[in-house]
Amino acid sequence: MAERGPLDLKTQPGFGKVALLCLFLLYAPILILMIFSVNSGSIITHWEGVSLHWYGAALADGDFHSAARNTMVIAVSATVIATLTATLAAIGMTRVKPWRGLGAAFMVINLPLMVPEIVTAIATLSFFALVAGKLGLNFGIGNLIIAHTVFCIPFAYMPIRARLEDMDLTLEQAAADLYAPPWQTFRRVTLPLMMPGVFSGMALAFIVSFDDFTITQLVAGPGQTTLPLYIWNQTRRPMTPEINAISTILLLISIVVVTASALIARRRKA
Amino acid sequence: MTAPPPASPRERQADRSAARRNRWLTGPAVTIVALFGIVPLLIVLVYSFLAPAPYGGVQWKFSTDAYLNFLFQRDIFSDALQFSPAFLLIYLRSFVFAVITTLICLALGFPTAYFMATRPPEQRNWWVLLITIPFWSNLLVRTLAIMFIIRDEGLINMALMGLGLIDKPITMLYTNFAIVLGLFYSFLPFMVLPLYSSLEKLDFRLVEAAHDLYATRRQVLWRIVIPMSAPGIVAGCLLVFIPALGAYVTPLILGGGTHLMIGDLIAQQFGSGRNWPLGSAQALILMAAVLVALWVYVRNAAKGGKHG
Repeated sequence: MAERGPLDLKTQPGFGKVALLCLFLLYAPILILMIFSVNSGSIITHWEGVSLHWYGAALADGDFHSAARNTMVIAVSATVIATLTATLAAIGMTRVKPWRGLGAAFMVINLPLMVPEIVTAIATLSFFALVAGKLGLNFGIGNLIIAHTVFCIPFAYMPIRARLEDMDLTLEQAAADLYAPPWQTFRRVTLPLMMPGVFSGMALAFIVSFDDFTITQLVAGPGQTTLPLYIWNQTRRPMTPEINAISTILLLISIVVVTASALIARRRKA
Repeated sequence: MTAPPPASPRERQADRSAARRNRWLTGPAVTIVALFGIVPLLIVLVYSFLAPAPYGGVQWKFSTDAYLNFLFQRDIFSDALQFSPAFLLIYLRSFVFAVITTLICLALGFPTAYFMATRPPEQRNWWVLLITIPFWSNLLVRTLAIMFIIRDEGLINMALMGLGLIDKPITMLYTNFAIVLGLFYSFLPFMVLPLYSSLEKLDFRLVEAAHDLYATRRQVLWRIVIPMSAPGIVAGCLLVFIPALGAYVTPLILGGGTHLMIGDLIAQQFGSGRNWPLGSAQALILMAAVLVALWVYVRNAAKGGKHG
């Protein structure tokens, strides 16, 4: 790039190198893990040749299937509930006349972000233990869905709120001036405009649920293994490249969801 | 600003019904978090004042032993309390690890964020995406990736031995170094992203003005850029410090159970330790530390807001 002058004044010597170093440090371990997932040998760090053998082994594994099923059931349920309730809350809390309790509601919704994960994990464990002990209630995998929904709500809420805050009130006022009833204004103007926020909220909620390890590990009962727990169990045994294959699948899903959500947000903005 | 005109009765009624509607809309989300997020924390508070049941869980009788056990150990024979700093040392170690991690993340994250913010807009989007992807990638998998590399049979040792630089592997896994490396690697994006969003809004005309007044690059950096991005620096440091202090996955995998941090200690009480009240007390002490950090942040933010 031949830009000189103003741009030149902004540069600080060496900062570009540090930035590249950071990128290298962030990506090298992931890339190495991915490369070794197509290793044909059975020793995890010894390279023998390219093969998709371990992907086949992983996909043929019944435990992997049930872990994948559990993960999807939990992540999809938690995402749907969290996105729906967070969307409603964002509508009731953004661009409105302040109502009594608004500040408190905001703090409650964002609370899961401020509590260390391990504390949430043991608190949720204690809660369900108490519910099971005193009330004799056990929701099975529902326990995990509830636990995930709680921490998904703030992640879904943030981008929806940000989108609503950026939105122009004039379009809705114009619709109202043209005698559109409030519900129609909402459905035809507000809702389409806020959809990119809802999509990124949904993507984030899905990812944090899909990837959660700490809370799931403490709350999960027998037979409720999710993919991160399955990977963790694998590390307790002699490790094979199968663990790299499954890890790579998880990473690729995260990368696809995050990239898609970023691209959607960018396209709508342009 | 002129004062709004006094509301007519009809307007006031419209406000009231809007407020009622908004409260209903907010209700479901708030109810879920309150019932399944806040009530469990209150249960932990109650548990921390109870006695442990022999096989996990609690006995419903009041006891302050959990908090006493945090600092003291009861002598088996004389029943006297003896000061025992084991837990305190783990908290101290976690604090030191979290501070070191925050400083390294800041030292590398700030130049990165600044570099990103000074790219042309099209490139900036790509940089943000590249930093965002690890931010949302599976922490367990990323930590395992680090483990594979620094193991005795890992890539680094294999490469060094292959080159003939060392005869036997350098032990890196299950050391303090491994934990700090893992924490840095886990939380670096948490530093870069808030720094970037703060630096991106920086008015670079100020930088030009400073140069016109014969400031050197370093002076511009220390006297203009860093002071003006202070809110981003504070936010980034908190976003690294808080999860690093309560980290669970990193010490679990890279510390190998020998270099405990607070997170593993708490989990242990609910697992093999079978002392839920002690674990609850330890969790609340961690929460208190986090709240102090947040309080300092909010107070600083309020002060900064008044000046800006």
